[in-house]
Amino acid sequence: MIPFIGCILLIVIGLYGIITKRNLIKIAIGFCMVEYGVNLLFAFIGFKKDALAPIITSPNSPLNFVDPIPQALVLTAIVIGLGTTAVMLSLIIRIYQKYKTLDINEIRKLKG
Amino acid sequence: MIEIYLLVIAMLAAAIVAIEIKDLLASAVSMGIVGFSVAIMFILVQAPDLAIVQIVVEILTVVFFAATILRTTHTDTTIQKGIQREGIFPVIAFFIFGTLVTVLAIYALKDLPRFGMPIMKVAEHYIVHGLNQTGATNIVAAIILDYRGYDTFGEAVVLFTSVLGVLTILRVKGRK
Repeated sequence: MIPFIGCILLIVIGLYGIITKRNLIKIAIGFCMVEYGVNLLFAFIGFKKDALAPIITSPNSPLNFVDPIPQALVLTAIVIGLGTTAVMLSLIIRIYQKYKTLDINEIRKLKG
Repeated sequence: MIEIYLLVIAMLAAAIVAIEIKDLLASAVSMGIVGFSVAIMFILVQAPDLAIVQIVVEILTVVFFAATILRTTHTDTTIQKGIQREGIFPVIAFFIFGTLVTVLAIYALKDLPRFGMPIMKVAEHYIVHGLNQTGATNIVAAIILDYRGYDTFGEAVVLFTSVLGVLTILRVKGRK
């Protein structure tokens, strides 16, 4: 149970960064934290005690494996997370070039 | 088991440092610590494919963050001492959302199987018949490339779209 609670705490820390921080890069880091927390939670749910990684090494070996389905889902999610992070960071670069600041309060004040 | 507990504690500490520190480059490096502890934990829960992908993606993420910080500013100027008037509302919002997420997560954790004993009804079919049906010895590869191939195709489309998006946003001058 404790590893699951660790993942939930990581998600809550990311939420804290997203909601309370006013720097755009800190907000992007908060998004990354939430993503890591969710990925790790999936990998922990599929873990089986004293089992092997789901790779068949010989035809007659016993099929005592961890759950492969969460791993397949998370593999997709990790790569998509990289794509969203890259788009977020390029938007941040553009916003800085236009407003010369990363403070979201300043950006809200400067119109046009 | 003790390694996983220690890594979880290190990860949470690095996450708090990454959110709170004033220097943005140090913040990106702390985020790298979180990502690499996640990769080590993937190895400990017997997910080598995930660990490989996580290491590559983590390196790329830290490089992207470093490039962004080098093009913008190094210090977080929004951190100030004491509580300002405009800083109260986000803190209240965080407490409401944070308690909501925590309470709902505790309810959800009650219904989950215990750590180390997953329910493997669907996975049983993939494990027993995967080698005969797909010919792949790595069951994760069999799932992502054969049973759920359309999912992976969609993932490639999303990645391509994000590359197009980054190139469009960062293009220096537009066409006339």
